[in-house]
Amino acid sequence: MEGLLNAAVVMANFVIVPATAYGAQLALGALGVTLIFGILRFSNFAHGDTMAFGAAITILGVWALQGAGVSLFPVPTAILALPFGILATALLLLATDRGVYRFYRRQKANPIILVIVSIGVMFIMNGLVRFVIGTEEIRFDDGARFLVDVRGFREATGLAEGLAIRTAQVTTFLTAIVFVAALFWFLNRTRTGKSMRAFSDNEDLALLSGIDPERVVRVTWVIAAALAATAGVLYGLDKSFWPTTYFQLLLPIFAAAVVGGLGSPLGAIAGGFLVAFSEISVTYAFRRALGHLLPPDWMPAGLVQLLSTDYKFAVSFVILVIVLLFKPTGLFRGTSS
Amino acid sequence: MSRAGLRTPTLFILVAGLIAITGFAQSWNVALTIVNMGLVSAIVALGLNMQWGYAGLFNIGVMGFLAVGGLTVVLVAMPPVTEAWAAGGAAALAGLAIGVAALVGAVLLRRRLPPGPLRGAGTAAILLAGYVLGRAVFIPGADAIERVNPAGTGFLGGFGLPVILAWPLAGALAAGAAWVIARIALGLRADYLAIATLGIAEIIIAILKHEDWLTRGVKNVVGIPRPVPFEVELLRDPAFVARMQGWGLDPVSAASILVKLAYAALFVVVLALLMWMAEKALNSPWGRMMRAIRDNEVAAEAMGKDVTRRHLQIFVLGAAVMGIAGAMMTTLDGQLTPGSYQPLRFTFLVWVMVIVGGSGSNWGAVLGGFLIWWLWVMVEPIGLWLLGVLTTPLPEGSALKAHLLGSAQHMRLITMGLILLLVLRFAPRGLIPER
Amino acid sequence: MSATPPGARLAGAHLLGERMTGGYGASDILHECTIEARPGEIAVIVGPNGAGKSTAMKAVFGMLRLRGGRVTIGGDEITRLSPQDRVARGMAFVPQTHNIFPSMTVEENLEMGAFLRRDDIRPTMEQVYALFPILQEKRRQAAGELSGGQRQQVAVGRALMTQPRILMLDEPTAGVSPIVMDELFDRIIEIARTGLTILMVEQNARQALEIADRGYVLVQGRNAYSDTGAALLANPEVRRSFLGG
Repeated sequence: MEGLLNAAVVMANFVIVPATAYGAQLALGALGVTLIFGILRFSNFAHGDTMAFGAAITILGVWALQGAGVSLFPVPTAILALPFGILATALLLLATDRGVYRFYRRQKANPIILVIVSIGVMFIMNGLVRFVIGTEEIRFDDGARFLVDVRGFREATGLAEGLAIRTAQVTTFLTAIVFVAALFWFLNRTRTGKSMRAFSDNEDLALLSGIDPERVVRVTWVIAAALAATAGVLYGLDKSFWPTTYFQLLLPIFAAAVVGGLGSPLGAIAGGFLVAFSEISVTYAFRRALGHLLPPDWMPAGLVQLLSTDYKFAVSFVILVIVLLFKPTGLFRGTSS
Repeated sequence: MSRAGLRTPTLFILVAGLIAITGFAQSWNVALTIVNMGLVSAIVALGLNMQWGYAGLFNIGVMGFLAVGGLTVVLVAMPPVTEAWAAGGAAALAGLAIGVAALVGAVLLRRRLPPGPLRGAGTAAILLAGYVLGRAVFIPGADAIERVNPAGTGFLGGFGLPVILAWPLAGALAAGAAWVIARIALGLRADYLAIATLGIAEIIIAILKHEDWLTRGVKNVVGIPRPVPFEVELLRDPAFVARMQGWGLDPVSAASILVKLAYAALFVVVLALLMWMAEKALNSPWGRMMRAIRDNEVAAEAMGKDVTRRHLQIFVLGAAVMGIAGAMMTTLDGQLTPGSYQPLRFTFLVWVMVIVGGSGSNWGAVLGGFLIWWLWVMVEPIGLWLLGVLTTPLPEGSALKAHLLGSAQHMRLITMGLILLLVLRFAPRGLIPER
Repeated sequence: MSATPPGARLAGAHLLGERMTGGYGASDILHECTIEARPGEIAVIVGPNGAGKSTAMKAVFGMLRLRGGRVTIGGDEITRLSPQDRVARGMAFVPQTHNIFPSMTVEENLEMGAFLRRDDIRPTMEQVYALFPILQEKRRQAAGELSGGQRQQVAVGRALMTQPRILMLDEPTAGVSPIVMDELFDRIIEIARTGLTILMVEQNARQALEIADRGYVLVQGRNAYSDTGAALLANPEVRRSFLGG
């Protein structure tokens, strides 16, 4: 019995807790991608760098707040600075839409042209982030390190294995829940939110119903900015901030959005957690957990790890390919076909 | 000649002029370095133009095919490490063979069985068993290889063949990789192909970075044999030194320039050959059909054209060209540095080249390759100068000034993005539009 | 806008598309085509395939640039207005396909129809539910999951939510069973009785002319016959050429 408990604690410590936090980050990122796809009908390759921008501005806010002696301890100061990050990101995205995307929308350009345009935007945002904050790795998690720490857990439970839950992970999860709840409330209960869904469903009929497409687009960019900045900050809190990592997040985020069905918010969330749990459990070495379950002489020699963590991107990729091959509209039917 | 006919040569002369100015203002060494990488960039852009320009295929995994080319150079040209082969070569290869056998077995099984839960479970079981078994055999072998003189080798090495051989072979390997990707992702929506190629490229780079037994990973493979003599070899030859001095040249820089010219000559031959073939293909019935498919896929399909098959052909061909260019790039560097493959530089910059040059136009791709590479290199010094001028009013030692000057390197990305957006907006057909 | 008392509705408006000439590209599809509908009337456009029936309706709704002719509502010229502006002037259009928001519930579809309204939309929604009781039953279901006939009801309901003076329907019975078609026509008659102006394009010419106050037979973008529905049904030439004897 105790072996089982210990194994469960190991799994919780190394798989469930980190994957939940990571899944929440991916879900927020994928929500942004899927909303932009649903309303503006293109895959936004600048989304990763939008996340980096939001995180960078938030970090500047954190430094300013720290300088002024403002603190929210044990909660990281970043949560207090996040509104600034969201605001700046929203302004940036609205300006980008006005200066770049709107032209192609009026031309009714082929969506693939918009994808290439988003690559140009990605370059600029990437440069902008480096310009603003440099290329060094930045740690800005100044909250209490642990909510539950290994030793405390061991002493409280008497188990051999310990469980650590970092404040950043809990912050991530709670913030994501608040944002997702607010988003769904907005999409399902408010007039503007419903008009966005209507526009996503059937653009022409939305126009016939008097829905202002430009307003829908503007609201979409603001929401995408909020989601991207939040996802970027939470990822940076959990790991660390490094401008280049955000581009690499594009792959798992797109995988999550496509797996869930591009255009489907619920699918994006499910996809985010699916990708995160797959990535972490496939690259996790189960040896330690098995050690509590198997008799010593049954123990396998290796780490019992399916894939080295160096290849975690391959997991998102494989999930993506399987879904594309067998169910191209995603698990939750998206607007794409 | 018509005005349109004059446009292409004029633009090429202008770009040549830009490089010449660099030669006069900085040094001919720098200018020739730009020319050499410009030649390689032109070939990469040519490959991407085949995929995107001829056929409208959205490949953002260019970096992956370049890396396959780089890997081929190591496999072909590096001398074999015999102790490593003895230590674990057989085991590592056997492990890989088991994996491949499982893949083949799974494919065969899928062909035999009717669709259903049995087929799915069977496929998964064979793949998983092959993976676990293959890994169990492979890992001890790879570890043994990596333990052999890790500081010096720690990898299998290559076949010790002339490096030039790697170029066509790189094309073949990249084509093979492209074929696999195309079988999976072609026929899906354009942005799905994009995401799939992005994923493949990241995986290929991960393999290069982490499979030390194959590539030494981030320890890099250095000292790759060269197709041209080393500068020091030239300098060791008294006759060469005497002749250069006789011409009033500094022997050291003359040797360096001569070597670069030799590379350039090789590259020009490859570019000319590929360009000739690309132009032939583009203007053949095959090329016309390809463009017809791109412009109206539905109509082409209705006329009985096998669109997916045509797309597969062009995707594989374009990737082959990229593979060749990747091999040339690594040959030019003389080393394989897996950590240096960055998507912005090796994938998206190539996109800028093709779009700026003119989608669908081979000459445009070549021009874009040279022009954008020149800009990529020169934006930093130009940006530094510009920021220097702009920050003159700021006091010496001001933090803002230091930050701005330190950020000059990031101007590169911003400039490339701006150029891409401006061209897309105001000259969407590029500098040399498709005829 | 002041709140409209429950059950009240703006009266229908006189709709006239006069000598309309135009098309999508270089060549014209419509040639001096005239369509008229009065308040409380059902006007129906019929004709062979490719006669420009739907094009004529789109011209009236402003989805087509006219080279000649004009469109008026209640005597006001609206020829230059965009479709959206015509919606604001009291026109509602039910496209032939893609005429619902499939992932939204029936009720949300109706709400979206009333998007521009700031007054209480409940009474109008009750009217729609009274007209199409099945929609009330399925109001929480996604519209895309409904049957073809029910989707058409949602589409018509959505259009009614704008409180239009003129309701335009592009082949409302395309792809539905004969029973559903009769049912739908009954509802359309009911709507017309409340005083709305109805303009409809129909493939099922005979049944449509039976309920039509006015009928227009178009051939190659021109008015071939224009008369009351009953008169057209009685016209031997029309019967022979367009109604299959």
